[in-house]
Amino acid sequence: MRELLIGNAAVARGLYEAGCSIVSSYPGTPSTEITEMAAKYDEIYCEWAPNEKVAMEVAFGASVRGKRTCCCMKHVGLNVAADPLFTLSYTGVNGGLVICVADDPGMHSSQNEQDSRHYAKASKIPMLEPSDSAEALMFTKLAFELSEEFDTPVFIKMCTRVAHSQSIVETSERVLPEDKPYEKNPQKYIMVPANAKLRHPFVEERTRKLTEYAETAEINREEYGDSDFGIITTGTCYQYVKEVFGESVSVLKLGMIHPMPVERIKSFADKVKKVYIVEELDGFIETHVKSLGIDCIGKEMFSNIGELSQLAVATAFGLDEPQFASVDTNVPGRPPVMCAGCPHRGMYYTLAKNKITVLGDIGCYTLGSMPPLNALDTTLCMGASVSGLHGYNKAGGKETEGKTVCVIGDSTFMHSGITGLVNISYNASNSTVIILDNSITGMTGHQQNPTTGYNIKGDPAAKIDLETLCKAVGINRVRVVDPYNLAECDAVLKEELSAEEPSVIISRRPCVLLKSVKAKPALTVSKDDCKSCKMCMKLGCPAISMHDGKADIDATLCVGCGVCTQMCKFDAIK
Amino acid sequence: MTKSIMIVGVGGQGSLLASTLLGKLLVTEGYDVKVSEVHGMSQRGGSVVTYVRYGDKVYSPIIEKGDADCIISFEKLEAARWVQYLKKDGVIITNTQQIDPMPVVIGATEYPADILTELSQKVKVDALDALSLAQQAGSSRAVNIVLMGRLARQLDIPTEKWEDALRAVVKPQFVDINLKAFELGYNFGL
Ligand SMILES: Cc1ncc(C[n+]2csc(CCOP(=O)(O)OP(=O)(O)O)c2C)c(N)n1
Repeated sequence: MRELLIGNAAVARGLYEAGCSIVSSYPGTPSTEITEMAAKYDEIYCEWAPNEKVAMEVAFGASVRGKRTCCCMKHVGLNVAADPLFTLSYTGVNGGLVICVADDPGMHSSQNEQDSRHYAKASKIPMLEPSDSAEALMFTKLAFELSEEFDTPVFIKMCTRVAHSQSIVETSERVLPEDKPYEKNPQKYIMVPANAKLRHPFVEERTRKLTEYAETAEINREEYGDSDFGIITTGTCYQYVKEVFGESVSVLKLGMIHPMPVERIKSFADKVKKVYIVEELDGFIETHVKSLGIDCIGKEMFSNIGELSQLAVATAFGLDEPQFASVDTNVPGRPPVMCAGCPHRGMYYTLAKNKITVLGDIGCYTLGSMPPLNALDTTLCMGASVSGLHGYNKAGGKETEGKTVCVIGDSTFMHSGITGLVNISYNASNSTVIILDNSITGMTGHQQNPTTGYNIKGDPAAKIDLETLCKAVGINRVRVVDPYNLAECDAVLKEELSAEEPSVIISRRPCVLLKSVKAKPALTVSKDDCKSCKMCMKLGCPAISMHDGKADIDATLCVGCGVCTQMCKFDAIK
Repeated sequence: MTKSIMIVGVGGQGSLLASTLLGKLLVTEGYDVKVSEVHGMSQRGGSVVTYVRYGDKVYSPIIEKGDADCIISFEKLEAARWVQYLKKDGVIITNTQQIDPMPVVIGATEYPADILTELSQKVKVDALDALSLAQQAGSSRAVNIVLMGRLARQLDIPTEKWEDALRAVVKPQFVDINLKAFELGYNFGL
């Protein structure tokens, strides 16, 4: 069937058609939809693992048992899973194992723009990079075959533009591979030094064989045109090159980005007068081509920062600049904001009001760093708020303990906050940890997590009780507050900051965007009672603005959370 | 020739349904189609953009400055934000609705009051109050379909085809409202 699918849905379709039966992932833009779409096929068991390391290890176990299996993550998730990754390269697989990793050049939704291709090289695991949805489907199926043939995990590398662009795919039926029962094989699966020493040469030999494969593989493709220069490219950059040059240009399109062929690149270079490399982020192909002694032009011409595009390619080659109109008026920016009624807001207002230093984390609640709340001081990576707070307080001692907290979401806490809390407890810092529990993984579009009581299919599941968990790791003071109640937030924050031992405050209210949360009637401002003091504006609620000198509430946005009514000394908001 | 259409607006305004509808329609018409969406961070009330490109063979999924044949904007400030992406003889279809971005809400800057006037001096603008038309059709959420109705005037595809595609993408209970919204957008000003 011909269908229009986003790249991530095409990968999911590839998983289905390849007979993959186990998928374990942790969400992260732009990789999330692969697992969400895969979960729609009843034949595939899918789950949200607490983090990427767990997901990859689940995939390892499922592969050892002989099933085709997959784990998906965003680029930074691969850092979390790097430990199993490097040794998984040694053990190899039983059932085919595919790791989907999605990069985010341009940082549409990420904290850095690392280039995952380096991981393929460093861990000696082959990596395929599709350039549209049709290839995403095809490469995913191929990845399973390569995985089993060469006894290796295989990467599918996506990027935002391939992951989130719809293009046409041809779908076919699911074909189940034969079951491969587990056979005990300590030399392959128990990676102690004696065995790992035997596996490492295997890995090197495997890379040699894969390089040989790359010399003839169809996923690497030469297209000769009449121009006298040639372009080596991959993924979405291939599309930009074709958009600019059409059939006229000679292209070597690498579908397999690691390992790369040697002879094929040399012979391509021989046939053209000049070689250009068009790739996003680092000069990964360029380094390889140069290592073969081939003169080529890459990052001298293209930035290693941000995304490329057809315009970037055209401009670099000195083609015509486009013509366009623009307005002279300054167009105000429109940054993302915390939603009206977001439960994070009440706690952030309390922290800002008390001038607290806040070590932050990653999620919707990172938006608390924006004006007017300006409530955050740091954001590094998932989990770093809790461990960072401990370090900050060890360094600051009494001077910082009563004036500093960290904030972390429920999903992020389960991902990697809990180990930091163990450290606070074990190595005794008088730290105050605030868990912003909105009962969902908000930022990435509402995925269930171990604290929500539901699994990926929406079926009831074990619900990790945060209070019990925090107590179990040795925190005696665990408080729960309602972030819609500003007085309560203020009182409990002050109490816990002045306590002489570590504490956890759970700020609990479900995300207003959840279907199960019913909005209350929108609030209105009495123009007569409004004294224009702008106290309500301090909340940074997108539903409240000043019109003709008076506060005004947008009824289409307001969900009646009532936090602003507590800000108004004149009872003007009802 | 590849045609390029941009759909821009404020996160949460329903541009995803519009691009799904358009994508489906263009595939049925036999075109090669690419639709580039935005997910994640920017959906939280930020400025969002979707690219739709179609033709015999489409390579790039994104649209660059000076490339778009048509920009459909769900909000007037967004029309101004993306105008550089319009081709010289392209047209902007925009909703006249005003949604204040946070810097305006907190008083750090002002919403440019005459933005539509300035836009109209620079490029071809087709402005309509899509929110009122949507409400007239029965739901303020049908703004996206009102605007698709307007777009239908620009493309060479019979309205019956649009209506079939619409039936295929919206839930049965919302078909009537959306068909009405489509018609109101299509016929506005006639
Ligand atoms: C290692 C890693 N994996 C995944 C992500 C993507 N990501 C960013 S925040 C987040 C979860 C946010 O959920 P939660 O902590 O519950 O906060 P909320 O958004 O609901 O406020 C995810 C999955 C990431 N940034 N880093």
